[in-house]
Amino acid sequence: MSRAAELAAQVRGRLAETDLQLVEFRDETTVIAPAEQIIDVLRTFRDAPDGTPVLTDLTAVDRFPAEPRFEVVYLLTGYAPPVRVRVKARLAGDTPSIASATALWPAANWLEREVYDLFGIRFEGHPNLTRILLPDDWGGHPLRKDFPLTEEPVQFINHVPRIPGAIIPKTPPRP
Amino acid sequence: METEITTPEARTETLTINMGPQHPSTHGVLRLVLELEGEVIMGTTPVIGYLHTGFEKEMENRTYHQNIVFPARIEYLATFIEETAYCLAVEKLLGITPPPRAEVARVILSELSRIASHLLWLGSSALDLNVSSLFLYTFQDREEILDILEMVTGQRMMHGYVRIGGLQWDMPDGFEARVRRFIDHLPGRLDESDRLLTDNLIWRKRTEGIALLTKDDALRYGCTGPIGRGSGVNYDVRKTFPYSGYDQYEFDVPLGKNGDAFDRYLVRMEEMRQSRRIIQQALDRLPGGPVLVDDRKVALPPRAELVRSMEAVIHQFKLVSEGLHPPVGEVYAAVEAPRGEKGYYVVSDGSNRPVRVRVRSGSFNNLQALPVMVYKGYISDVVVAVASIDIVLGDVDR
Repeated sequence: MSRAAELAAQVRGRLAETDLQLVEFRDETTVIAPAEQIIDVLRTFRDAPDGTPVLTDLTAVDRFPAEPRFEVVYLLTGYAPPVRVRVKARLAGDTPSIASATALWPAANWLEREVYDLFGIRFEGHPNLTRILLPDDWGGHPLRKDFPLTEEPVQFINHVPRIPGAIIPKTPPRP
Repeated sequence: METEITTPEARTETLTINMGPQHPSTHGVLRLVLELEGEVIMGTTPVIGYLHTGFEKEMENRTYHQNIVFPARIEYLATFIEETAYCLAVEKLLGITPPPRAEVARVILSELSRIASHLLWLGSSALDLNVSSLFLYTFQDREEILDILEMVTGQRMMHGYVRIGGLQWDMPDGFEARVRRFIDHLPGRLDESDRLLTDNLIWRKRTEGIALLTKDDALRYGCTGPIGRGSGVNYDVRKTFPYSGYDQYEFDVPLGKNGDAFDRYLVRMEEMRQSRRIIQQALDRLPGGPVLVDDRKVALPPRAELVRSMEAVIHQFKLVSEGLHPPVGEVYAAVEAPRGEKGYYVVSDGSNRPVRVRVRSGSFNNLQALPVMVYKGYISDVVVAVASIDIVLGDVDR
């Protein structure tokens, strides 16, 4: 068993009343946690002995049209001993929101603003939840799957605007 | 008659000024809103996003193979390392490893890229502090590296040379000799830069004790790369989570003590010397053999096979018109880039396009710690702090 899986099992033992699912893929450990208890789970990982004191990354995935469509993904790292765990929380609906991790790591500040900006997921308790990459008056959240990727029209003769993604069409998933 | 002199009460208020978005020291388009009390900084708000081009969205709409061109455009100073990072993630998703020759070649070219990036940083940050002659020397050496990369890939930058499962083609004749010639004269050149800066009183006064970041803050803000190591965080992806066989090379990870701009400078200088050590070992062990995996569902068949084998033509057609189909799953692969941990988080649903490609960039996290570094410092030291972080704004904004 990898060190990450051991750590995840240890945290699951400590949070007995929380429903944590463990997934192993390519030697990487993913912990799926309920969104309501995400802060407790993250804190337990952070403070565990030989745990993961560093928040390396925080991002989201949109699984539209599946429900619950959003996954908020926290990548936690411990440097010595080396261990890396991914914690995920699933969010449903049109107004997804989850508790902010800024109290645990100041690094979460910009990362959460980026997720808010590009996915429209609200982080409750964030000190300054504003757009970070896009202009303040931008409409919509571009990394949502229902936000289309379009081609800007250009004035070339015989130019047919084509969405870049249409050049090689998407194939259905293969098992 | 005596009159009492009363001094009017001093009125204090902070002054808000904009540094950027077009400021020569920001190396890109970075706006800093500074709150000043006299010359002392009481608050800094970095405003980013001017170079946001939506790379992550673009990558979701293209096949895995088409996406190889994007990483180099996100972080355009160490392009080779970027491409390797993305390909490592897709390889992990597919569960394949490239042939040994490709892995060693990736190490050599990645370390050359790192030296090129650090040389550019050295020259430009010295230029920010008005040591203008060094810029020309470091660019001369960087040019030599770009020539080597051009000789191998055909491009000075934005190579598009790394493939999922290996490399596009083998290194040309004379590659090894040329790299050896370069790394033979590198230490002398680094010593020259060292003498120009390390013994330079002005350089030391401008960098020592400036832009301090404690080890705790570096951890809390997730700072990696020379910023983290300058503050004493012993984390190098090549050592902690080895990839491409980095665990078989002997090299040291330099660490700073104080966490100031001078320590970051020392860390980067030492990293260049360590990179040279790695290249030397890699050249000694560069094995023969293919540079691309033999799996026809992943890599294009060799050109010569196309005229003889119908099957090769079918594979070629399928890979070009549809692309490869990784299994359902998600992976995160990280490399040690010159600006900290660079990671690609790729989510696959089994189709020919990724559901999500997330670029974890070192510059983004490192820049977030800037307000801590410059707090209660002087406005002129902001330039030193920004230079010592060594940001690539394309990497911050993506």
